[in-house]
Amino acid sequence: MRLKLEARAEPSPLMGYLSPLLAAGLTIIAGFILFSVLGKNPLQAFYTFFVHPIRDLNGIAELLLKASPLMLIAVGLACGYRANVWNIGAEGQLVLGAIFAGGVALYFYGSDSKFVLPMMVVAGAIGGMLWAAIPALLRTRFNTNEILVSLMLVYVANLLLSWLVNEPWRDPEGFNFPQTKQFTETALYPALIAGTRLNVGFLISLAAIAAGYLFLNRSFKGFQMRVAGLADAAAKYAGFNANGMIWLGLLLGGAAAGIAGMGEVAGPIGQLLPSVSPGYGFAAIIVAFVGRLHPVGILLASLLMSLLYLGGEAAQMELNLPSAMTGLFQGMLLFFLLGSDVFISYRVKVVQPPKAQARLKEAAA
Amino acid sequence: MRTDKRITRRITGLAVGTALGLALSGAAYSQEPVKVGFVYVSPIGDAGWTYQHDQGRKELEKALGAKVTTKAVENVPEGADAERVIREFAAGGYKVVFTTSFGYMNPTIKVAEKFPSTVFMHATGYKSAKNVGVVNARFYEGRYLTGVIAGKMTKSNSAGYVAAFPIPEVVQGINAFAQGMRSVNPKAEVKVIWVNSWFDPGREREAANTLLSQGADIITHHTDSTAVVQAAEEKGKYAFGYHSDMSKYGPKAHLTATTHHWGGYYTKAVQDVMAGKWKTTNVWGGIKEGMIKLAPLNPAVPKDVADLVAAKEKDIAAGKLHPFQGPVKDNEGKERVAAGKTMGDEELSKMDFYVEGVQGKLPKK
Repeated sequence: MRLKLEARAEPSPLMGYLSPLLAAGLTIIAGFILFSVLGKNPLQAFYTFFVHPIRDLNGIAELLLKASPLMLIAVGLACGYRANVWNIGAEGQLVLGAIFAGGVALYFYGSDSKFVLPMMVVAGAIGGMLWAAIPALLRTRFNTNEILVSLMLVYVANLLLSWLVNEPWRDPEGFNFPQTKQFTETALYPALIAGTRLNVGFLISLAAIAAGYLFLNRSFKGFQMRVAGLADAAAKYAGFNANGMIWLGLLLGGAAAGIAGMGEVAGPIGQLLPSVSPGYGFAAIIVAFVGRLHPVGILLASLLMSLLYLGGEAAQMELNLPSAMTGLFQGMLLFFLLGSDVFISYRVKVVQPPKAQARLKEAAA
Repeated sequence: MRTDKRITRRITGLAVGTALGLALSGAAYSQEPVKVGFVYVSPIGDAGWTYQHDQGRKELEKALGAKVTTKAVENVPEGADAERVIREFAAGGYKVVFTTSFGYMNPTIKVAEKFPSTVFMHATGYKSAKNVGVVNARFYEGRYLTGVIAGKMTKSNSAGYVAAFPIPEVVQGINAFAQGMRSVNPKAEVKVIWVNSWFDPGREREAANTLLSQGADIITHHTDSTAVVQAAEEKGKYAFGYHSDMSKYGPKAHLTATTHHWGGYYTKAVQDVMAGKWKTTNVWGGIKEGMIKLAPLNPAVPKDVADLVAAKEKDIAAGKLHPFQGPVKDNEGKERVAAGKTMGDEELSKMDFYVEGVQGKLPKK
């Protein structure tokens, strides 16, 4: 006897939407067991992990601040993923966005112009798009694999940033430490809630979610991309421009990641450092999939992901749990989601080896 | 309108400030233990920079017993996240917060402005404030001593150094090592490979292997893993550990290590805060203060070398010997410290050149 996965003729669309909830439920059950084994009161641990971080206004502001880049990048990536364009290098595009925006901030250092900040947003988007254009060009011209190219370019982007802050853009008053000057007020996002770090970047991310919804679910181009993702041959037969969709998918992802990078250096960081992101470009891939590549789902998933980061810190402070808890919860969430998806698209079938079948028949006779 | 708003905000600020002040003075009278927070840049692990800080935290707990409670958050990236964690400690009523990585400098200053009655101590930076002190250790003193051992024990007159970033603290270490080595072996040379990362065992090991294959027979590192010691052990060469005693990772290779000891300093700082006599300080302690020590010497180090090192260690503690005693020339032949003089702390903290005997060029401004 062995087990076989067999594709379901018609996977339930309802279950498709329910599977993130199912995954969240399973994660909580597994977390319950985990906390118990670690000798912590599971209820108290859950409270610390999921409620304590957002107990006051500042906590909520921090939650939204951390979710902002995640939702922005994820919605950009979803545009490509819908069309089976696999941009894995959002982290690099984010870094390029930060570099371009930082360049503008440093060039206009000390200027009072109101145009510095909008220029930084545009520069960030251009930086991200340029970086994403490389895999797009190579894919459409030479049919290279965009997964590999975009991923490898992450390392190049980080080295470029490292060189810039170590040499030409280094703060001359900074004791040779690899960092730029701190940006002036004109090059920073204004705060959204006084006394917290939540800034205008959050509104840009929300706008991107809305725009993503209109584009993916309500525009013809978005429809074309979905068709290309679901049925490549049908898209070709309908005469949709395949190369155009690769370009669009990558450029949208690049622009979103670039603006997210700009938002980090013009927001909570306020200068260029050797590292400007704790891996938002990669975390956003999880967010995009947990959110079912749907803008509303992405909004919710980014909040959950952000809460996991904050909860991990609270668990360290309040419960003496190690920082690995954050990664563990993120990993469990994705694992259960993929697991649920498998059982939604496939069913398990018990296959009897031929000999056993024959024997069964004999027994029946 | 605008002024009105600002005044209201200021009044609210005052009210909140007073309330906070009252709450804190109330706490001082009760027997509640003083809460002390630590922010770490990497996982605690079992050797390295953060491990040594955590050892210091444990010593503090041991020394002050029930008078303190401590909490640590590990693996906090330098950048946008650091400010949230530091603020979370301050808002949670922590009286003293130690931020133990250079990249926490600007976030620490930002949080300190908002929490004037919390004391912050930042490690290895250069900015201080009314409630922010700075601490660092004279790592270079230990480096000089390991250099003396290297100079005596090398057969190829060539040592290798795996380094993270060309900031003054790291350059001091390289130069002190070369000074120590050449004080007993004028023919000795030091080769440096930059890995542009504080923690990257793969690259550190690769760099170590490259240095060994280029003829170095003793290697050391200013990075955070144990990979360099392990590489030397495999190739049957010698190595010096850093941060922690790393002898268990290379029982034959590990000659000694420059180890960091923060416990005494942590205890003193917290005691000062408790007694109400803490003032902004810039502590830079070395062998004399017990903040820098050598790990036990490997039996492979001959007795005469061990005696020599012990004598030099005493001289450094007594102020009779300084690793950068003139004449000091840089590796392009320019005199940096005249004969009969020693390098001052101001110059040390900006060091941006290699001394004679170090091969290669430092990245320039």
